[in-house]
Amino acid sequence: MASSIRVRATSNGDITEVQALIQHPMDTGLVKDPKGELIPAHYIQQLKFECNGKDVFVADWGTAVSKDPYVKFSFKGAKKGDDLKISWTDNKGASDTTTAKIA
Amino acid sequence: MKRSLPLAMLLAFGLATAARAANEADYKAAYATAEAASKEAAGLRNQWTVTVSTLAAAKKAADGGDFDRATAAAREAEALAKASIFQAASEKEAWKAMEIR
Amino acid sequence: MKTRSALLLGSLSAALVAFALTSPRVVAADKVDPVADAKAFQNFFFQKFPDVKHEDFVNGPYSMNADMKRQWQEKEEFPPYEFALDAGKEMFATPFKNGKTYADCFPNGGVGIRQNYPYFDEKEGKVVTLELALNRCREANGEAPYSYVKDEMASLTAYMAFTSRGKPMDIKIPDDPRALAAFENGKRYFYTRRGQMNFSCASCHVQSPGERIRAEVLAPALGILNAMPIYRSEWSGMGTTSRRFVTCNSQTRAVPLEPQSDEYRDVEYFLSYVANGLPISGPGARP
Repeated sequence: MASSIRVRATSNGDITEVQALIQHPMDTGLVKDPKGELIPAHYIQQLKFECNGKDVFVADWGTAVSKDPYVKFSFKGAKKGDDLKISWTDNKGASDTTTAKIA
Repeated sequence: MKRSLPLAMLLAFGLATAARAANEADYKAAYATAEAASKEAAGLRNQWTVTVSTLAAAKKAADGGDFDRATAAAREAEALAKASIFQAASEKEAWKAMEIR
Repeated sequence: MKTRSALLLGSLSAALVAFALTSPRVVAADKVDPVADAKAFQNFFFQKFPDVKHEDFVNGPYSMNADMKRQWQEKEEFPPYEFALDAGKEMFATPFKNGKTYADCFPNGGVGIRQNYPYFDEKEGKVVTLELALNRCREANGEAPYSYVKDEMASLTAYMAFTSRGKPMDIKIPDDPRALAAFENGKRYFYTRRGQMNFSCASCHVQSPGERIRAEVLAPALGILNAMPIYRSEWSGMGTTSRRFVTCNSQTRAVPLEPQSDEYRDVEYFLSYVANGLPISGPGARP
């Protein structure tokens, strides 16, 4: 299976712009399936972006974030060619990590 | 004018029957005609979702012993089915008026 | 005197010419003429929206609304159908249990052929859509068919559309009375009002493209299938052409037909044919 994380990071002078799309059901635990049974909560608890050993973006999420979340932000202090490491962990203990080069 | 006559008849009929409480026989008769009309609409491939749900509501009310409500719902379902049959018949030719030429 | 009679004669002959020109048109109206229909259909939209570039119609509501278009262009840099596209690519390349692949079922290995679907199969005497052909391919190779409305089917068609992006829609109507009948039947379905709302497909997508229906902007009928399958934020997932037809029907409070029923196949044939020449833009993203 391909990675659940898609990232694009582009450097524009001093500022690096990051876009990421994560494939995750983000079930709230309040929705019922067609049989009428509750779908248990299943959501990302922490999403982290690291660059050069420093956290540049950390999000503590709950159930109020949509399915397949999309994130966009920018930060200072990185340059072209630097590695950006993205990782998430969810409430069921699952996680995924990927690394992207800043272009 | 042509269409208001059956409408008036339907109204009068509705008022006359509303005077007494409906019983199971009323419901069964109303449901049978409604079901037949809805089958005809389905046969024309022009069933309306509201016909199906109103018929289901009639059945549910009857299962709960509320024949007043069940009969009323069955009659409504019949009217909806009849309207969809009318639509299918009139659209046989009327669609051409919409066509881009 | 002489000029007067010449004028009279002139106007008489002009009237005759006009009559001669109009009368075959009246006769033709009863005959199935897909070429004339497609021309009239495209001209209607080109004249209604003179500022919209012809190839832009395939972008649906975004061709009608500048603000939505800007948001969409940003979204396209990171499109929501990307996961489905990757999944479709992987599925397409994965062999069946018998070792064959989807590529064996399609001309040119299934790559860059979306613009030729649906086509009229003269053996069967019916319209065959891409979704139908995919499921037939599965069944011929001993696999269970997929649901026509979403998930796997949408991923597969997303990949096939992606490999055909930019190619002009190229639907053929063979010289076969059954093909003409299918086209005519699709046209009839498109314009026929149905459901408690008394809406036809044309009520929204011919009469009101660019207008709002609740919070949404209606897409023009011209080129509407070129963008299929689509990721709809409203569905938070992918949907096929079949899914679009089914939900359109139920929104007008008509009980939808079964996916890939004759009517749906015919209306897809009609809509695709009248969009001939416009580029494939699928998979698309819609609000």
